[in-house]
Amino acid sequence: MNVKLNGEWHEIPDHLDDVRTLLSHFQLDSRVVMVELNDTILEKSEHGNSQLHEGDQIELVQFVGGG
Amino acid sequence: MNDRYSRQTLFQPIGEKGQEKISSKHVLIIGAGALGTGAAENLVRAGVGKLTIIDRDYVEWSNLQRQQLYTEKDAETRLPKAVAARQRLEQVNSEVIIDAKVIDATPLELEPLLDGVDVIIDATDNFDIRMIINDLSQKHQIPWIYGACVGSYGISYTILPGDTPCLHCLMEQVPLGGLTCDTAGIISPAVQMVTAHQTAEAMKLLVEDWGAVRKKLVSFDLWTNQHSAIGVSSVKKDDCPSCGREASYPFLSYDQQMKTAVLCGRDSVQIRPASKQEWNLTVLAETLAGQEGKVEKNPYLLSFTTGDKRMVFFKDGRALIHGTQDVAEAKTLYHRYTG
Repeated sequence: MNVKLNGEWHEIPDHLDDVRTLLSHFQLDSRVVMVELNDTILEKSEHGNSQLHEGDQIELVQFVGGG
Repeated sequence: MNDRYSRQTLFQPIGEKGQEKISSKHVLIIGAGALGTGAAENLVRAGVGKLTIIDRDYVEWSNLQRQQLYTEKDAETRLPKAVAARQRLEQVNSEVIIDAKVIDATPLELEPLLDGVDVIIDATDNFDIRMIINDLSQKHQIPWIYGACVGSYGISYTILPGDTPCLHCLMEQVPLGGLTCDTAGIISPAVQMVTAHQTAEAMKLLVEDWGAVRKKLVSFDLWTNQHSAIGVSSVKKDDCPSCGREASYPFLSYDQQMKTAVLCGRDSVQIRPASKQEWNLTVLAETLAGQEGKVEKNPYLLSFTTGDKRMVFFKDGRALIHGTQDVAEAKTLYHRYTG
């Protein structure tokens, strides 16, 4: 399915049907990541039941520590 | 009177009035690494009234690629970063009062420094200190500007007590282990981009142009050409322990702080992280695999030997740093490899 990820269209495998599987696909599941799905910020507890659909707009912001 | 600030006062949102405000304000920069040296140079050139900058570390050769205030001589003589930074900053602008301290950023050390501070700039390299800064900012009602970078990626957010969500609202957990500049590398433009965001925000706060403050969490990747800015005001939590109605500032209490202990006769320091979390030793092994050093792992612990130091990470979250009895050095090594 096609989703807009951080401003760019990407084709992602269809089995990535919720936010949690999307994050593990990008190996971000052990990181602290803020997810915005179609202009709504998700709580971490919502990642597993937030279904992804064709045309979704997703912003992934990873909190990093370096400086 | 020279025209040192003429190009800045010509900029309409600052003007002469803004310049007067800047020159009467006090900024605290926590950390004098890549972000700290960048922000310090920018603000000192901009004519801030007083700058306090603190750091526990000394200058090394691997810093020179991006930590803009330091020279080869500083690395050769292992000058403390705060001292080397002050020397350079005083040459850049002798009108600014520079207070540089070689200290470890604990609540006990930080709290007395906050008197009269208008803005705090986060130039640290780990979340243990950031959560302390976050609580201090809320307790003393001082805005602070989060900034961090790794690789070609950077992130920044401006936290205004009583207005925006705080870092505790944004991050539901403090990460244990993560990418750091010492494990994933860092390119200087990523540092400078974060520094640019942080300094611009600081200038807005110093001239009290509240309407111009960026309310979004901004992140970018200069190598993959991505940019994101998301509105996060919805995550402000009324019951947040750091900024909510009944805030208790948990990271200022002893229980929530990283614990260190020098192990007598073993030339070692034990580190116990602030939050009770288990290490994912497999992920940690992958992170450290690219480092100069040797990684050995069994189901209970992971050992990483580099130079004359050995770090042992236990599954229960503890770490032993062998080869030093200096707590500050042990913490530096710990954060270098684990974030």
